Formats: sequence, structure tokens, C-alpha cells
Amino acid sequence: MTQRSEILKNALKNSILILDGAMGTMIQRHKLSEADYRGERFKDWPQDVKGNNDLLTLTQPDIIMDIHRQYYAAGADMVETNTFNSTRVSQADYGMEDLAYELNKRGAEIARSVADEFTNQNPDKPRFVVGTVGPTSRTASLSPDVNNPAFRNVTFDELVKNYHEAACGLMDGGADIIMIETIFDTLNAKAAIFAVNKVFSERKKTLPIMISGTITDASGRTLSGQTAEAFWYSVRHAKPISIGFNCALGAKELRQHIVSVSKIADCNISAHPNAGLPNEMGEYDESPSDMAIQLKEWGQSGLLNIVGGCCGTTPDHIKAIANAVEGIAPRKIPEIERHMRLSGLESFEVIQQ
Amino acid sequence: MKKSAIFINVGERTNVTGSAQFKKLILNGEFSKALDVARQQVEAGAQIIDVNMDEAMLDSEQAMVTFLNLIASEPDISRVPVMIDSSKWSVIEAGLKCVQGKAVVNSISMKEGKEAFIKQATLVKNYGAAAVVMAFDEQGQADTCARKVEICTRSYDILVNEVGFPPEDIIFDPNIFAVATGIEEHNNYSVDFIEATRLIKKTLPYAHVSGGVSNVSFSFRGNNPVREAMHSVFLYHAISAGMDMGIVNAGLITVYSEIPHELRERVEDVILNRRDDATDRLLEIAEQFKGEKGIQLTEDLSWREGTVEKRLSHALVKGVTSFIEQDTEEARKKLDKALDVIEGPLMDGMNVVGDLFGSGQMFLPQVVKSARVMKQAVAYLLPFIEAEKATAGDISNKGKILMATVKGDVHDIGKNIVGVVLQCNNYEVVDLGVMAPYEKILKTAKEEKVDIIGLSGLITPSLEEMSQVALEMERQGFTIPLMIGGATTSKIHTAVKIAPHYMHPVIHVLDASRAVGVASNLLSETLKEDFVTKTARDYQDMRDRHARGKAKQDRISIQDCRENKFPLDWQNYNPPKPSFLGVKSFDDYDLGKLVDYIDWTPFFRTWELAGNYPKILQDDVVGDMARSLFSDAEAMLKSIQEEKWLTARASIGFWPANAVGDDVALYTGEDRTDILEMVPFLRQQIRKREGSYNMCLADYVAPKESGKPDYLGGFVVTTGIGIEEKLNEFKTHHDVFNDILLKSLADRLAEAFAEHMHERVRKEFWGYAAAENLTNQELIRERYDGIRPAPGYPACPDHSTKPTLFKLLDGTNRAGVTLTDSMAMLPTAAVSGYYFSHPKSQYFGMGKIGEDQLEDYAKRRGMDIEVARRWLASNMV
Repeated sequence: MTQRSEILKNALKNSILILDGAMGTMIQRHKLSEADYRGERFKDWPQDVKGNNDLLTLTQPDIIMDIHRQYYAAGADMVETNTFNSTRVSQADYGMEDLAYELNKRGAEIARSVADEFTNQNPDKPRFVVGTVGPTSRTASLSPDVNNPAFRNVTFDELVKNYHEAACGLMDGGADIIMIETIFDTLNAKAAIFAVNKVFSERKKTLPIMISGTITDASGRTLSGQTAEAFWYSVRHAKPISIGFNCALGAKELRQHIVSVSKIADCNISAHPNAGLPNEMGEYDESPSDMAIQLKEWGQSGLLNIVGGCCGTTPDHIKAIANAVEGIAPRKIPEIERHMRLSGLESFEVIQQ
Repeated sequence: MKKSAIFINVGERTNVTGSAQFKKLILNGEFSKALDVARQQVEAGAQIIDVNMDEAMLDSEQAMVTFLNLIASEPDISRVPVMIDSSKWSVIEAGLKCVQGKAVVNSISMKEGKEAFIKQATLVKNYGAAAVVMAFDEQGQADTCARKVEICTRSYDILVNEVGFPPEDIIFDPNIFAVATGIEEHNNYSVDFIEATRLIKKTLPYAHVSGGVSNVSFSFRGNNPVREAMHSVFLYHAISAGMDMGIVNAGLITVYSEIPHELRERVEDVILNRRDDATDRLLEIAEQFKGEKGIQLTEDLSWREGTVEKRLSHALVKGVTSFIEQDTEEARKKLDKALDVIEGPLMDGMNVVGDLFGSGQMFLPQVVKSARVMKQAVAYLLPFIEAEKATAGDISNKGKILMATVKGDVHDIGKNIVGVVLQCNNYEVVDLGVMAPYEKILKTAKEEKVDIIGLSGLITPSLEEMSQVALEMERQGFTIPLMIGGATTSKIHTAVKIAPHYMHPVIHVLDASRAVGVASNLLSETLKEDFVTKTARDYQDMRDRHARGKAKQDRISIQDCRENKFPLDWQNYNPPKPSFLGVKSFDDYDLGKLVDYIDWTPFFRTWELAGNYPKILQDDVVGDMARSLFSDAEAMLKSIQEEKWLTARASIGFWPANAVGDDVALYTGEDRTDILEMVPFLRQQIRKREGSYNMCLADYVAPKESGKPDYLGGFVVTTGIGIEEKLNEFKTHHDVFNDILLKSLADRLAEAFAEHMHERVRKEFWGYAAAENLTNQELIRERYDGIRPAPGYPACPDHSTKPTLFKLLDGTNRAGVTLTDSMAMLPTAAVSGYYFSHPKSQYFGMGKIGEDQLEDYAKRRGMDIEVARRWLASNMV
């Protein structure tokens, strides 16, 4: 572990750390055109690239840096790199798979430079860079073909390759943490864990891992069908610094699932809900104070170690949340009895005699 | 939602090695029914489901992946964790890549040494699974309490302290073995397990203990009440000692307190090894709980007291030849006519054998032993039958079947086995032996008025020959059914390539156990029509599907394939030079050196016993049979060596070589100016995923333009010199069992010779791996650098390149091996191939090639394209 990892661990002991909010929402505000996305370097690219937000790391780095800056200024301790879709499979939609490594490395470098800028201004509040790997556009345990349930359009090995490349870029660019997030298929996450561990052992350097799943609807399960407990048991071998959930639900709907994992996880808990559920227009309209009130209660109930926002949240949300949880003691990591814990879609515990 | 338990019952029915029903479903590709089996288990309360696809006929990795993927889409099954069960690490790893939950691996152990164990355990940890750890190390499976505890403790220390494996995720399997087998050393096995469990739980914190419970009662197979009692008593004591998981057939357990007092006491004596006569005392009363007896402990001659008919039947079912002539003579006197002995008691006895085999209660080696008894009895009676002016042909039977190994092919183990099984079921078999040309087959079929023709073959050119026979049958106006069998044959090939030539039934027969069913359907007045129509429809479907599949198969041009060749960095690699160039031969090689190199698994497969050696010896279903066959094999191996039944010879060679395109040029000397021979290879043509290559063996040899001196090796080895003499001797004694046993052992010895010679080549003659030190298991798994592909097999499927190889090696003079028209080797116990030294060389399958490569290949070989097409028929679309 690096020195910054130690600082991070200490910080987590003392307070609830603040994660940043949405990247996409902030980019939308700039109303960028196809030409803006392309920039000079990709002006002759054969395919449309508008919507490839990760590409802005290369073509509009100032915009991305500015968004990071706004979140740090709002009180975030950690910001996520603009690399949610920077894997080969996801970039293939734009024919940009060969940029995967560069996007990750550059994405981390940009966030790193902004983090250092803030840490230098106020060394008492060290800022961290969370290198983000997203779920990719494919699922390893679900068949896209209803007539052939045994079919898969991506294999574990292919995902490992994808994540390995992404993690290398993030580490080379100076990320402090690797976060595997918005997990809807746990098998994808397991491939990411496998890949990240591989990078660690190749480089003989380990970073803390954050894991954040997504409960997709009222069923209370991940898209691939697991309960919150089963999800935790499936990824626990990563020995993450935190486990939690993000996206899909607003704070209100997410709370019960955070409660479930917070009871059984012997690591920190993270939550970055959306700004409510999307309205008919597909917009998220929970205000900063609406969200802050709810998350403050979570903090007071001892559920939180890391909190931030996902879709629809802005620096105003983060500022409100940071103010709301300030001074609230972080959740104490519980002692969990040692038992073998297995899972299918549901969890299964083997109690020793 | 959360389930917890103190004793975990692992469902065992989705296991092809444990459930014949499940195996059948998987082999037939009936996955939706197979899913029902899994679902029923979960509904019946299985807390974990064990999935095992270790079956020789299956691509186990593929089957594991498919089944786990299917389970994933069935939430009522996938809600419980999976136990990924295989003796092959590659299958386990493929399975781990399919499950999103936290699974259990079954199993890993130190049997291949600490290093492999650490590697596998680390991967299990990184894939996020728990593991069953067998009490097994380099010395073997632990049997005593002390060994069990010692191995488990050592494994635990390595796992927890070196690998960082969570101790609560370790499940030890300290091996449950059968007790009450009649062998004194086995008496304490269950006590050893229970005591080891107690110590493991006490000294190795958080670890679990599991085991396959039904093993313990193995010797009482057929007596379920006693088995159930044994399982309950065993579990009662093992669970209180700390066993907390078990692979148990819930149907084979009874409630401890409900076991009749006397039975429970005697079972307890056995399980806890409380008295010396415990086994005998349990046997005494075992019968009264179920009429049938488990196993024969001592030779029991009480059957000699029955009537002569009963004695003959017993001798046939048990395969006992000791009294056969004496009993046959007695029966002849009693029944007056010799023919009546055959049609009466002998046929009755064989009917019992046939029924037992058909219902899976008898295994092939036993059936062959029964056939030996039958043949000896018939041989004894023949002179009397002739004297009675009758002929053997008068014996009424179910039908007459002609059996032949087709022209060009010399392999007949499978054909002989099918012949024996058919005879056991009262079919008359006309056996034309090996290398039977179609003229002879069809002439004999007419003369003998046979009801069915059965063709067999092992090498790929035989497939073409079979099509030829079908074509001729059509031309000559035959109407009788044609059965097709043998290692390279398949249902799909029969449907697509043979059946269209002949308008009457053509049926593929998967193995000997199916032969009787097929023959009886074909010759039954009532069943034939249905069976034939159904099969024809089935084959038509397969042809349609094949035609559709063909359109879909994605092949790329040979040019593009060459551009996607296997990339090797020749700039930074210097190929090793062999210790000699030219040819070296070995006469009368010491067979004793080869025995340790035998891979036994295929031997058991030949005898239709499914399972991997050595596990098969402890198998629930076939373990008994496998042990008995294995001891017969060991005894014969001893005689083979001591009495020198077989002679081993070999010729190996190395030549300066460089790749020129897809050919390898061999040179007359190190100056590499004059070409000695061009060795042509084929290249895979299927479209590959990114990062996979279109392989060709020539890629493993330094290309000419690299300027690096490289070499190619070749070999032919045989262990079959002298076999004919011994086989004739068996034939004279009507000893079909030893006939097949010797052939199957000679084949194994030849493979062992190839393995051993390859090791010497690596360490000594080519010498690039002098420090290599591998166990036989590691050799079998090909854990070494370099390969030895054989012409006619997947990586270089063209058999017709053998004459060049033989010419180079002077194989006929130096090793005594000749080639038939179809390039089969004689003696059949022979192996030939090429040696490649490159550390990255690996085996691969050629798959189908395109018309463009065929044309190119024919041109390179200076061969007519249609001739080339015939040799490569199996690789053409």
C-alpha cells in the first residue's frame, strides 16, 4: 500500500468521506457538439463520437478538470476519474477500443493534477483520486439471446483483459483507489477483481479497491438476480476498502440495501445514490437539500463511511451532503464472525458447530 | 432468504460420474431435462448442488460451461451455491469463470506437489471460491488417521500462511473408503476418518470436513437397507466428531434411531471397528435384510451343490472356467444331445448375462469373461454335435451378424468386444477379422445369408472405406441393415456421409452396450419399422442441421490464415540442436522401463468403464469392476515382461529443418542446401477471435528467412512385435478375454513407449530439457516443452504423410512396423509422429479446411486434388 493509502485509511477512521457527484450531468451543461467531442485530434474520425463522454478527457481536458475542481471545491474528499466507459468493449461502440489505455491513464492524470492542487492548498484535507471502472456494455452471466440461454456475448477472460488494461492505465495515471462500480452483473465484477489483483501482483503494488453494486429495481436484486448479501459474499474475496451501492435508485429506495450490507460487511460502506428516481422526462429532480436531509439521517444511524452522488447530482448536492454529514462519526466497522459464506442468487452461511 | 446450516447436504445428482440418468441426459444433449434434475434437487432441499462433467465421451469443459450458463438463467436453481466438481483443473477453472456467486471447488490437493497446489489455491482465492481439499499428496491418498491429519495440517498451513486463503473457506475431504471389504487393512477406515475429523476440527480452526458418504458401504452394493444403515451410523458418529458437510444421496439414508437393533449394533461394530469378526457378523445378517448379497469375500463353492443347469448358469454369470468342461459333459449326458446343452442351459445362462449387462448390472469385462466360458463349453461340445450329424449352424439364434474391420484398417478390439456382446445375447457372429475388402464382406454376407452387416474401423481413412461398402451394397441390391461403429465413427458422420449411399437402414452404434439393442430392434418384426423410420428421420434432421451449420461456419481464405499465423519471436530465440542427426534405432527395448509410463484411463475406456484412473478404482458404480480388471491387467503385464510375450522396437531421427510456408523442409546436411524431404502441414481455417491464431505445425519450426538453424524429429515405436503368437494361443483356447486384454495392454504399452521415448528425446537425444523432472501424471497432462503430433491425428490429419516419415526413419526395417493401404500401422500397438522442440508448441485440432487450401495442399504435395480430398475427407466440409 502506498503512503496515500495509509492517509486514506486514517481519514476513514475519523470521518465520513465525501465522494463526488455525477459527471454526465455536468458535461450536459456544456451542450457540446460533435465537433467539440472530436476536437482537433479526431476531426476525421470515421464514426460519430458525440456522447462518448470519456473521450473528452483527451479532447476537452479543461472541461473535465473544471468539473473535478468544482467537486473538490464543494467539499469532496475523492473524485472519480472520467473513465466509466474507458474499456475496450465499451469504446468499441465508437471504434475507439485502442484508446482504452490512454483514456484511463490520461483520465487519472487529470484528476491527479486537480487533487494535488487542492491538497497543496490545504494539506489538512488530503484529496484522493478514485480510478473508476464501469460495468462495460456486456454481461457475463446473462444471455442476450432469449432463445439460447447458454449463450454469452462476452467471456470472463475477455472481461479480465479489458479491466486489466483499464486498471493499468489508471495506476499509471496516478489513481489512489480503484473503484469497480455500477455493477449489475456480479460476474463482471469478479472479472474486474481478478484483473485488478493481477495488475497488483504484476506491479508488486497494491491500491485499495472500492466496490459498488447497483440494485436495479424494487425487486431488491441486482440485474443478474442477486440479493445484497449474496452480492457481498461474491465479491468479499477482493478485501475491498469499501462496499456499497450506487445508481438506479434514489436515497429513499436504496436505504434498506445499505442497511443489509452494513450489518454483514467487515469493511467501510459507501453509498452514492441518484438524485431521486427519474421523472417522466428522464430527469432527476431531488434537490440538494432533499438528498442531504436523508443522507444525514443515514449518517446519524451509523450506516455511512463514504457518501456521494450518482446520476443527477451536482456540486450543489455534494456541498449540501458534505455540510449535512460534517461532524457525524463514521460507521464503525463491525466484527464479523468467521464463517464460510457462499452464495448463489441468495446467500448461504455455514455455521460452525 | 438467508440460509444457514450446521450439516450441509450437497446434492449429488447433477454428477455424470455418480448418476447414470444424468450422464445419459448430458450425453444426449438433453439439457432441459438435465436442468430438471438440478431443480428437483434444490426443491428437495439440497443446499449446494454438485456439478460434475468428468466423462470421457464429453468435452467436459464445454459441458461444464454450458450447464452452469444454463443454471444461471434458472433463478429457482441458481439461488443456491454451486460446487464445481472435477478431477481436471481446466474444467474447474472454466466453471469458475461462469458463476457470479461464491462457489465451492471440488477439489484441489497436493497430489501434484506443493507448487501446483499453491498455484491452484491462489487462483481459487482470486476467483472468489471456497475449496474442498482432498487428503492427498505426492505419496497418494491418505488412508490412516495419522496420514489424513498430517496432510490436512500441511495443506492448512500452506493455504493459510502462504496463500492467504481464508481458513473458513477450507473444506477438508479426508477420504471415506469402503469398510467390510474382507481385507483386514480396510477395517479401520471409517474409524480413521472419524478420528481424523475430530483432530482436524480441533487443531485447524475454522476449517470444515466433508466426504463422499456412500463410499463407506461400497461392499454392500445391491443391499440398500444395509447400506442405508451404514450411512446413518457413519454420519451419526462423523457428525458428532465434527463433519459438517457431505455428498449424500438423500434417498440412501435412514434415521439412526429407526435402524433395527441387531442391524445397528452389527453395523456399528463395523463402522467403529469394534471386533475382529465384525464384517462376518454383519454379512451373516445382511442377507435377511435384503435377499441379495454384496460381494464375494472368499471363494464360496456352495454353488457346486446345485443342479448342473444351475451350475452352468452360475459359471457363465460369474465367468468361472474352472469346472466348465466337467459340467458341460455332465449336462450332455443328462440331456442326451449336445445341441440341447447349448440351446438349453448355456443359452439360458447367456440370456441372464445379456439381461444383466443390458440393465447395467454387469460390466463389459465380466461379459467378456462370460463369453470365454461359453466359447469353451461350445468348443467342448462341437465334436459331439458333428458326431450327431448336426452342425453348429443348426443352433437356433436371434440372427446372424457379419462383423468386419474394413480394408486398410487393422484395429479390432472394439469389433471383437461388440462380437462378444452379440454372441452373449444369442446372435451368431460371422467374424471376417481385419482388413476386409468390401468384395469379401458382401460375398460372405450373401453366402452366409447374414441378417446384418457390422463395420468397424479406428483410423479416419476407414470412414471413406465404410462409405464405399454402403455404395456397393446399394449397387448390388442388398436390403439388410448396415451397422457402423468404431472410434472415429460418429452418428453425424454416419448420417451425412454413409447413410445417403444406401437406401436401407444404416445405423451408427455408439458402443458395445448399444449393439444388442440396435440388433434386436433391426431384427424384430414388430419394432423394426418404427425404429428404422425414427432413425431415418433423426438422421435426416442431422443432415439438415449439418447443411445449415455448414453455411454458417465462418472460414477465411488460406491467405488470410497465413497472415494470422502463430507469432513466435525467432529473432530472440535459438532453437536447440539435437545430440545427433540422422536415425537411431532401438531393438528389444526393456518393457520394464515402460510400465510406469502407462496412462490407464484410456485402458478402462476401452473396456467401457467410464472414469479417470486412479479415481475409477474407488468409483461407486464401476470401482469393483475396475479393480478386478486392473488386477488382471497387472498380472498379465507381469507375464508379458517375464515371459517376453512382446518385443519393443523403435526408430527415431532428427534432421536439419526450416519452415518454408506451411511446409517444413528437411535438409541433407547442416549446410542446408539440399532438400531431403518436404514435410507438408495444414493450417486451421476457421475464423479466429482476436488474439487467437490460425495454427499450423510448420509455425513451430524456424522459418527459412529467419536464418536460424532449426530441426525436426520423427519417431516410430512399437510394443507389438510377437503379439500374434500369443493371440493365436488364446484363440485356440477360446479365450476372448485374454485376447482383448493383451491387445488393449499392448496398445497402452505402445503409448507408454511413445511417452517414455519423448522424455528421453527431451532430456537426452534432443537434450533441451535435461533438468526436466515430471511425474507420470504430469507427463499425461503434457506439462513439458515440445510436442509429438502423429500423422492422421488432429493437428496433422493427413494419414498419407506416413510413408515419408517411415522412409525417413527406415521404420519398417528398423522398428518392424509396416503400413497398410489406409496407412494403419502393423503391429497395431505402434505410435509414430513428429517431434517439435519449441517451448510454445502445442496441440490443436485442424477443424474443417476450405477448397482453396485443399487445392494448394494437393499442389504442394504433387498429388491429384481428388486423391487429396479423399485423404482429408474428415476435414472437408
